[in-house]
Amino acid sequence: MKHERVETNAGLLIILTLAVISVGGLVEIVPLFYINDTVEEVEGVRPYTPLEQRGRDIYVREGCYTCHSQMIRPFRDEMLRYGHYSLAAESQFDHPFQWGSKRTGPDLARVGGKYSNEWQVQHLIDPRSVVPESIMPGYPWLAENDLQYADIEARLRALRRVGVPYSLSEEEYQANVERFGEEVARWLDISRAEENLVAQARAGNYDGDPSRITEMDALVAYLQVLGTMVDFTQYDEGYFVEFR
Amino acid sequence: MAQSATIPSSQAGATAVPTEQYNYEIIKKFAIMAMVWGVLGMGVGTYIASQLAFPFLNFDIAEITFGRFRPVHTTLVIFGFGGNALFATSYYIVQRTCQARLYGDGLATFTFWGWNLSVGLGVITYMMGFTQGREYAEFVWPIDILITVTWVAYFWVYLQTLLRRSQPHIYVANWFYMSFILATAILHIFNNLQVPVSLFSLESYSLFSGVQDAMTQWWYGHNAVGFFLTAAFLGMMYYFVPKQAGRPIYSYRLSIIHFWALVFLYMWVGAHHLHWTALPDWVSTLAATFSILLLLPSWGGMINGIMTLSGAWDKLRTDPIMLFLITALSFYGMSTFEGPMMSLKSVNALSHYTDWTVGHVHSGALGWVAMITFGSFYHLFPRLWNTKLYSLRLVYVHFFLATIGIVLYITAMWVAGIGQGLMLRAFDEYGNLAYTFVESVVFLHRPYVVRAIGGGLFLLGILIMAYNIFMTITTARREAARVEAKIGAKMARASS
Repeated sequence: MKHERVETNAGLLIILTLAVISVGGLVEIVPLFYINDTVEEVEGVRPYTPLEQRGRDIYVREGCYTCHSQMIRPFRDEMLRYGHYSLAAESQFDHPFQWGSKRTGPDLARVGGKYSNEWQVQHLIDPRSVVPESIMPGYPWLAENDLQYADIEARLRALRRVGVPYSLSEEEYQANVERFGEEVARWLDISRAEENLVAQARAGNYDGDPSRITEMDALVAYLQVLGTMVDFTQYDEGYFVEFR
Repeated sequence: MAQSATIPSSQAGATAVPTEQYNYEIIKKFAIMAMVWGVLGMGVGTYIASQLAFPFLNFDIAEITFGRFRPVHTTLVIFGFGGNALFATSYYIVQRTCQARLYGDGLATFTFWGWNLSVGLGVITYMMGFTQGREYAEFVWPIDILITVTWVAYFWVYLQTLLRRSQPHIYVANWFYMSFILATAILHIFNNLQVPVSLFSLESYSLFSGVQDAMTQWWYGHNAVGFFLTAAFLGMMYYFVPKQAGRPIYSYRLSIIHFWALVFLYMWVGAHHLHWTALPDWVSTLAATFSILLLLPSWGGMINGIMTLSGAWDKLRTDPIMLFLITALSFYGMSTFEGPMMSLKSVNALSHYTDWTVGHVHSGALGWVAMITFGSFYHLFPRLWNTKLYSLRLVYVHFFLATIGIVLYITAMWVAGIGQGLMLRAFDEYGNLAYTFVESVVFLHRPYVVRAIGGGLFLLGILIMAYNIFMTITTARREAARVEAKIGAKMARASS
């Protein structure tokens, strides 16, 4: 076929272009949904509690991903600095993923439990009061704003629709009991979302102010759970390599 | 500048009044908005660059903190400046090369409002804290829908104009624009599959999660670069470089080969943004391989553009517009060499997550995208208003400010990126990490200051361009009014 035929026929040009540009995406993306080894089989990873999920929403809102990654690579320096490299399983309930692309600040994939709640709060309000050389912006409004959670059920419903196993029916609840255990299953019950959120914020008192539930409560609750769900002592070093 | 060549009717030899043969009004609108968003976007860019050097500039004001302001910058420059420049030049080129008037005045006007409303609403919502949290696709779902509708209208206007052509052949620039329109539609739709929290909420959750979501996002992200910022601007190049040089394109055969190779290969390379992550190795290896292959069609385009000047190299001495166009192609060649190199896994292990990536993006965005646009616009604006540029001297000033700005920017980012990458992987004699993270942040301060200065020079350049264009348009208007008055007076005398 002479190329002239394509140059003189707009319809043919469009059809051929569509065919040519579709191949790459189809070959690289579609198998990721079907190859079982893509996401590791690992114990402990669960959906976020209502409070943690609201914290995650705030993480997205403030654009934290523009400076912080949540993806530790399998290098010696990164293992020493941040901990075990990140597994695909650890972000399987992340809608959207927040792996990031730039480390203006350090990776946060395993920041959970590394610092106290008090440190996190102080650091978020005024980073340079804790780390003088830091170039992070301050987020004082997080401690001032009351957390909006009136729509928490709608949020969990939306997440359920994209595949996160929050439960609506008794059947789904029982399935969660089997998969995650009874305690976690209770956290994932949509009908108890608001009550769960308030209970976790009260009990955790993340922002140091027990009288209110602020955005700071939610964000710190989220940061403190990051990377803590998998107990890596349970697994042999070679186990995860099989999935790579 | 030959005046006769700027009057559209002279080309086709038609008897129609020039303003009616082609729809120039819509092009004027898009071109002016490109300048407006360009100034704002580069202004915000310089500001956020300064925030990284001097963090007090965040002022504890939520709306302008780096995290919210960075998407404002990227959206304004990519979709505001770049997008409007592409609408303007594609509508110009499709009319000129098909020798047909743009299809559907109303629909074309709709694409103008739909697109610019999306950009405007997008940046306002980011500042208010509404975002999808996906790089270069931060628009919330209602804006995504508006963009989709606008894009379908754009496709229709473009296709219908192509079908009206009075030439049997579709000129090569139009292949590139068409591939950009098609690819952007596919990418936009599949990367923005979201479930809203409720019908009246601006917030939503992505359909995919984790590793699949990451792959989809970077398939989109890199092809926003590949089609939005490359293929389409190659379309711009294929018209304005030969026009300004007054010579035909160097090799027709090369343009065919590199077009098909480019549009095929680009779609494979997105996963090189995810080397060493939880993405399976087979995907990132495939992406790295195709990234290397991509060097060939990229340089095919560069060679085709630069060699068009063979026999007319002296123009570089006399024509500042040519300087912009050829420098743009040089930066295109440089960044499309740097890109495949950074996609090698061993290089990427150092460069990823650092400012080297930021520098690479900007050598493409400032050096290629912005420079080719500036050159094309200096060619386009006088023709749209049927006049001459207000000042060629200011074009020279702009050129040198922009070039020095870019060089400062990317060298600062090489120092920052490679320096930080090396610091973070350094060990002391006992095998412990040699530096804490914050020590690398301290190291970055000076490169960040230099980068902000480089960005500032680039911003100053576009401000001078805006002034030059403003004066060009006002002079043209004044002249047109004077001519009209003269004709009016003559007519009055004749009738009396």
